[in-house]
Order: sequence, then structure tokens, then C-alpha cells
Amino acid sequence: MKKNQKLIISLLAVAALFFLAWLVEQTQGTQSMAVTVLQKGAVYALIAVSMNLLNGFTGLFSLGQAGFMLVGAYTYAVLTIPMAKRAAVYQYYNGGWVQFTIGFLPALLLAGAAAALFAALIGMPVLRLKGDYLAIATLGFAEIIRAIVQWDGIGPLTNGSNLLKTYPTLKNIMPGNTVLFTFLAVGICIGLILLLINSTYGRAFKAIRDDEVAAEAMGINLFHHKQMAFVISSFFAGIGGALLAMYQGSLQANSFKSSMTYEILLIVVIGGLGSVSGSVMASFLFIAASEWWMRFLDSEMLIGNFKVPLLAPGFRMVVFSVVIMVVVLFFRKGIMGDRELWEIGARRGAKGGRKKA
Amino acid sequence: MKKLLALLVAVMMIVPVFAAAEDVIKIGVFEPSTGDNGAGGKQEILGIEYANSLTPTVTIGGQEYQVKLEIADNQSLTDKAVSAAQSLVGANVSVVLGSYGSGASMAGGDVFAEAGVPAIGVSCTNPNVTLLCDYYWRICFLDPFQGTVMANFAKELGATKAYVLTMLGEDYGVGLGKYFVDAFQKLGGEVIEENFTEGNGDFAAYINNAVNGGCDVIFAPCATTYAALIIEQAASQGVTFPILAGDTWENSAILDAAKGKDVKVYCSTFFDENDDSAAAADFVSGFKAWLNADEGKKTNNGGNDIVAAVSALGFDAYNVALAAITAADSADPAAIAAALPGVTYTGVTGAIAFDENGDARKDMAYIKFANPETGAFDFVKTQSVAE
Amino acid sequence: MFNTLLPYLLAGISVGGQYALIAVGYTLVYGILRLINFAHGDIFTAAGFFMVYLAASLPVGISVPLVIILTVILGFTVERVAYKPLRTAPRMSIMISAIGVSYLLQNLMWYLTGGLAKQYPGLPGLSETVQIGSASTKIVTIATPFLTIGLVIALVLLINHTKIGMAMRAVSVDFETAQLMGIKINNVISVTFVIGSAMAAIGSMLYFTNYTAVTPTIGAMPGLKAFVAAVFGGIGSIPGAMIGALIIGISENLIKAAGWTAFSDAFTFALLIVVLLFRPTGLFGEKTTDKV
Repeated sequence: MKKNQKLIISLLAVAALFFLAWLVEQTQGTQSMAVTVLQKGAVYALIAVSMNLLNGFTGLFSLGQAGFMLVGAYTYAVLTIPMAKRAAVYQYYNGGWVQFTIGFLPALLLAGAAAALFAALIGMPVLRLKGDYLAIATLGFAEIIRAIVQWDGIGPLTNGSNLLKTYPTLKNIMPGNTVLFTFLAVGICIGLILLLINSTYGRAFKAIRDDEVAAEAMGINLFHHKQMAFVISSFFAGIGGALLAMYQGSLQANSFKSSMTYEILLIVVIGGLGSVSGSVMASFLFIAASEWWMRFLDSEMLIGNFKVPLLAPGFRMVVFSVVIMVVVLFFRKGIMGDRELWEIGARRGAKGGRKKA
Repeated sequence: MKKLLALLVAVMMIVPVFAAAEDVIKIGVFEPSTGDNGAGGKQEILGIEYANSLTPTVTIGGQEYQVKLEIADNQSLTDKAVSAAQSLVGANVSVVLGSYGSGASMAGGDVFAEAGVPAIGVSCTNPNVTLLCDYYWRICFLDPFQGTVMANFAKELGATKAYVLTMLGEDYGVGLGKYFVDAFQKLGGEVIEENFTEGNGDFAAYINNAVNGGCDVIFAPCATTYAALIIEQAASQGVTFPILAGDTWENSAILDAAKGKDVKVYCSTFFDENDDSAAAADFVSGFKAWLNADEGKKTNNGGNDIVAAVSALGFDAYNVALAAITAADSADPAAIAAALPGVTYTGVTGAIAFDENGDARKDMAYIKFANPETGAFDFVKTQSVAE
Repeated sequence: MFNTLLPYLLAGISVGGQYALIAVGYTLVYGILRLINFAHGDIFTAAGFFMVYLAASLPVGISVPLVIILTVILGFTVERVAYKPLRTAPRMSIMISAIGVSYLLQNLMWYLTGGLAKQYPGLPGLSETVQIGSASTKIVTIATPFLTIGLVIALVLLINHTKIGMAMRAVSVDFETAQLMGIKINNVISVTFVIGSAMAAIGSMLYFTNYTAVTPTIGAMPGLKAFVAAVFGGIGSIPGAMIGALIIGISENLIKAAGWTAFSDAFTFALLIVVLLFRPTGLFGEKTTDKV
């Protein structure tokens, strides 16, 4: 009974949040900074949760997220560019190889599938590696994927190093309801991840994280479960990448660098390794702070005749990275530790984290 | 953490208070002032600021409005360009100028189009900037033209085999490189094409490839950061054949790199300081005086008072924007966008009128030589495309 | 044939030597702390900026030692502030802290330098051009391998024949036992970072003399490649790091010579993955039991 009640309360809370987000767009307009933050924050939330599934729940330290996002984003964009625009987009490749267009929904799913396929191929060899070796190998794979996508030889497919654009974006799929669309897409994905985490598989993942040897002794097939976590995480990273492409409106392989993975990793750490709700909150905080609230640090400010010192382009990122270092060093558990928002109070010694919408 | 959050929230609430003012029309400046193209972007901003200092007001509906420049740094990166563009749209600008570098313009274009804010490209030369975006206009020449010009010029220098080097992931360079290759091959030349990756510092092997491939000219349209490295490396390997590039290379970074070395560096560009038209001469002398009056501006110009072509273009772009605002007689972006196609303007870089794609019909490029002895650009010739 | 390949080999050996000096820092730190010091590439970049600013007002004779001292101070500080408090934390936390430091250093350099590339000053005796056979190159290209080998020999001697060297070896074999034997772990770790940073500073002087633009993120790629070199040579082994770095430097240039320029970075990572899969201890690494 109690479980049911809790579920209903959670769903109501999520619905209320969605409504608030929708309200923000209706009142502030699609072009406002608040809406931008909600869109990008939601996309990053999905990517951060997918990375957390791997790093926080399964204990696999992977740094390949940007690579899988790249695969997803490109799959989506290449498949959805309207026929009429292909000649212009692929201006150096005679319109490219792909001569059909599919809807955005199947393209989103295919984006995830393509990323998952890559992960399955890469996972077979690299998941045998441990700890930091796995991290550096996945980082290497992400860089290799980026080099291949930019290679002129498959330019007719990927447009080489040139921009892809004119594919359906957030703004032309549900005009005026971009936030609602993003929240729905991201919400469904995160919901699926939550279901997975609370299933037998999820418990097996956590067992592997806590003690591989013990987990194996309990009859958990290590490789099989690691591979599964890796593939599922990449599937959602791929969808996240596609959503990011939809958010940006144009796409270039160059922006999916290892620094993007680092950013997402830092979000996961700030939210708490092993906490889905922590990752979600941290994403919104991270994006809001870096894109919006701290912008003023980048421009000169005059209060009367007094010129505020230090304020100059780039200062925002310095302050921002100092804050991150403080979290990493002194608040090692992040906002949520390894607990979830709805578990607060359920367990003893809960330390409060506050939700910002 | 909590205190910090509280502080942030407090600041958020205070900031908008400063922004409120009346009778102001905002023009967005969408330029890189950092990153690979930062040096050039700063010069373009200088041109715009100079124009703003000469004509700080515009009359709309009989009332005088202050023009306020809203500058956003796109960091020469396509992903940062999106958020920079959003911040301009969020600041309610009426029209946008920029950017130096086609990639950033193409990435930002969608944001402007969706918001219905017209943008005027200053020195972005890739055809897709205007072709794939209905809200982008442009006042400079295009890459198919520029590539052909440089191919013709290479041929005139007696080159038969060209080494074309561009950066992976950079729309501007890769695009211009392709047009050069097409044109050069049509002229009967041979070509080797290669790419380097972003952040690359080691150009030794590339120059070796050019020498070993029997090339007698290098065409390397890329950002100034890499240009300096390429010139340095070519000089240390004793490359004596000419090195050509597009408009980005007209920058003091190139002059510094070439100074005192045995290299022949040429680039094509939009404008020449010694242009003999009265408008140009006025602009050059005024701009130099303006630069020399302020040490900070001079530093942004690369530490000297050489007038970059992009500064001249920035100057023209600002005036075109004012002409459009006057023609629309409104600060409403939609009205300005509707008025822009009909705007004609004779600026310091020549006459500007837009064709059906929104591109200015420019058919002349200035070729300049980076003089290693004087550390200045020497005007070589003007070149247009032979039909 | 040889004449065609000569310039590539020269460039490869030279850049390999420069990677080697960075790789030493990675391999020492990893040997002792089991930490991939992601910030090491940024310390290398910082050394480049120190030189740019110091040489603008001081003679080269003074700026060279000053650059080394400043870089050492930076490396030491990073260790004390960002890694020491996490000594007992899980290894993932330290690595995340390293990524955080790298992020901070890059942003800080970006802010302080205005985000634009800076021209590296010419160093007398290194920047001049010489003719070798059919190839023309800077003196630094020739000098690098000799300098690198000299430094690596000195370092190996230091580690094998001095007291602090013995302590370093002891700590790398077994952290806790070494501590019980009375070795001051923190001092040993600091020395490791000091040596690594000094090597990175020298490496940066050689590297930027050849490739003369310094940007805030320029160190990321050489840093990663140097790490790959350290893994390739067998992490913890200094001669291994040098040989790994030389192999990477040379093959990278040969790949470019073959016309596969777009894949020169990707190749390094492919090499890394192959090594990790088939010989995880690298060329010269010792077989170690897995530490959990």
C-alpha cells in the first residue's frame, strides 16, 4: 500500500514540475534564458544520468560519453535532414549518400540504437580492463570515433568536418512547447533507467560496484552485466546526443571533445555518484550557473564610478571551476551522495539537498 | 554552498535593474574575442565600435534613439556560438552583426532565424551562411569567389602543384580549400589535400609532405593561431615557394610570424588601407587616430595601427544596419528584416546591394603580401575572376 | 627514400623526446599514487605561458631557471591542494579531482591570457635553423633527443642510487608498508611532483621552441599522448616511458607522411588500446598483482 502511495506522490510531483516548466515557457517566451536553461539542463540531465548508470551504479569508470553522444547526434541528424535541403547541406559531396528522410521519433530511437551498437562492439574488448585503464581506453575510443566521423572519406555520410543543419530541432517539432517536449523525452528515458536500476539487473550492477569478487561468487556473470550496463548507458547517451543536436540546431563533430565528457563527469560528481535525482539537479544547477547566473562575471561592471575589479571575459569559468574544485574536495558526496530525493527521511542521517526548478 | 546559492539568486534579481533604459536600440555584436579566431574578431569589433562612435544615434519615427552595442563572445566555437547567440536574442537586440568565421555564423544563424532577428554577416565567407538561413545577409565576398581568385593567383605565380592544408572540423577552411582545389584543377594544376586536427601544434610532417610531394605553392586557409605555426615551420624547413591563404590571414599575428624570415606569404582580403576612394581614405585616417588615442584599443588591434580589412567591413556592417533601421523606420527585428533586402549602401569596402540569397555582390579581392622586412602588408594587386 | 623520410624521422624523434619529458611526470606519479594526473598536460602549458611572460621583460638566462622554478611550485601546489586531502579517498575521487584541476587550470589560463594564442619567444642556441642532409630544421630538433636521454639517465641514477630514490621505489611497491618503515610518504610524493613538473617545464621549452604558439588548451593533446607513451612503455618505468614516447613520436610522423593526416591522433589511441588489451603492463612494465 505504502509503496503505491509513494509512487503516486512521486508521479504527481513530476507532473507538477512538468507543469511549472511548461508555465515558464508560456510566460517567458521560447527565446528567454530561463527556457534555454530548462532545455539544455534537461538534455544534460539525461546524459548525466546515463553516465551515472555506468560510473555511479556499476562502478565502471568510463570516459567515452562524448563519443556515444556524437554517434547518436550524427545518426539523428543524418537521417532527418529534409530531402530538399540535402544538396545544400552536403554541398561538397553532391548531396551525400543518404537519399531518404525519416521522422524524428524513429530517428531518435535509431540514434540510441547506433550508439548502443558501437558500445557493444567497443565493450567486448575494453570491458576486460580495470579502473583507470578502462577510463583511458574509452577516452581513446571517443577520440577515434571523432576522427572517423570527421574523415573526408565518409564525408558523403557525415558531411566530413562541416556543419550539419536543417534537421528538425526542438523549436520546430513542438513550437511553443519546446520545454514540455524535452522534459517528456528526457523524463521517459530517465524513468526507464530508474526501472532498470530497481530491477534485479540494477541490484546486480550495484553488487559489481561494491565488490566484484563477491558479486561473481553470488553467481553474477560479471562480463555480461558490465556489457549490459555499458550498452544501455550508451543507448541513452546516444539519445541524449540527438536531443543535444536538436537543442543546438546545428551539429559539428568538433564540439564532442573529451572536455565535454569531463563536464558531464563533473555534473555527475556534483550530484552524487549513484544518485539519479542528484544528477538531474546538478545538471540544471550546472547549466543555469554556467549559462545564465554567472554571465555577469564576464563583463565589466560599473557601480557608480567604481569599476568592479577582476571582471573580464573568462572570469565566470574561473569562479565556476573553483566552485567545482571545492565540491570535489570538501563535499565529496555531492548534493545527494548515493541516495535519491524520495529516500530522504526514509533512512537515518539524511542530509538535505534542495530541489531547484 | 547554500550561501553561495543565495548570493547568486540575489545577484540575478539585481542585474536586470541596471539594464533598464529608455530610447535605446540594441545592435548585437556576435564575434569571437577569444579562441582561435579571437584576434581577428577583435579587429572586426573595433571597426563596429568606431562606426558606433561616429554615428551613435539613429532616428526612428522622428525620435532619436541611442544605439547600444551588445557584444557576445562566441569563442570561435560552434557550440559556444549557440549560447552566445541566445544571449543576444535574450537581450532583445534588433539586429545582429557578425561573425568572423563562418562556422560560428552558421551555428548561430538558426537561433537568429527562430527568433526572427536579422543578422548581417561581416566577414563570414561560406555560401551556406546565407543559403541555409533566411535571416542572414552578408556584406563580403564568398568562398567560391575567393577560392577561385587565389587559384588564379597561384597560377599567375607559376605554380603547378598545390598543397592544400585545412583544419578538420572548420567549415571556413575546409570549404574555401575545396573551392580552391576545384578552381586550381580546372586551370590544369595538381593538388594534394590534407587536414590537421584541432589543437595540433606540430606542422613539421605537413610541410615535409608539401616539399616531398613536389608542390610549389601551399594554400592553407585556417585560423591565425595555426597560421603562425605553419609559417614558422615552413621557414625552419627552408620552404621558398609561396604560401597562400584566405582573408583570415590578414592579421598582425601573420606579420609577426613572417617577420625576419625567408618566406613568401600572400593572402586575399576585402579592403586595402591605401584604397584611393575618398570614403576609404577618410575611414583609414579617422580609424587610425581613434586607435592611437586609446592604448587598450590599439592592443586589441594587435599592438599597431594597421587597418585590417575586417575592421573596414565591421564599419560598413554597422552602417548597413543603421540604413536598414532607418529604412524600416522601426526597432522591430521583423520590420528590419523586411527592409534589409532593399537596402543599398556605398561603404568604404565598395558598394553593397543584396542579391536573392542575401549576399552582397562583391567581385573584387585585394591580394596582399606579408613583407618580412617591414613587418607590414604590401598591397600586390586587386583580382577578380576572369570569366 | 632515406632522404625523403629523413625529415619525418627527425621531427618524430624530436617530438618523441618532448613527449618523453612529459611522460616521465605521468609515469612517476602513476607509479606511486596510481593516479592519472590529468592536470600534467596543463602544467606543461602553464610552463609555456610562464616563459612567454617572463621572457618579455627578463633576459633568457634568468627566465629559463625561473620558468622551471615556477612550474615546480605550481606542480607542488596542485599536489598539496588537490591530491593530498584525498589520500584515503577512493581512487576515482582523486582522478576526478585531477580532471577538476585540469579544468580549473585551463580556465584560469584562458582568463589570464585573454584566450588568445601567444607567440613563444625564440631561445638562443635552440631556435636557429640548421641543415641536416637534405632536411633543414631548427637546432632544437637535433638537441632534444640528446637532452632527453641525458635527463632520463640522470633520473634513473637518482632513483637507483640515492636515498630518496630508494624511498620512491619503496612507496611505489607498497604504500602502506613503506609508511610503516618510516618513509615520509608526503615528502616522497612531493619530490615526485617536483621532478615531474621540472621535466614538464624543460619539455615545454623544447616543444614550444619548435611549435611556437601557446594557447590554454595546447597541452591537452601532448599530455594525453605522453600518458599513452607511459602506458605503452610500461607504467612506472622511466626508460620505458622514453622509448614509448619515441615510438609514438616517430609513428605519428610516419602516419602523416603516408597521407593519413586526419588519423594521426586517432592512431595514438588505437595503439594505446591494442597495448592495453594484449600487454597491459606495457613494454617494460613489471607484472604486478592487481591492487584492489
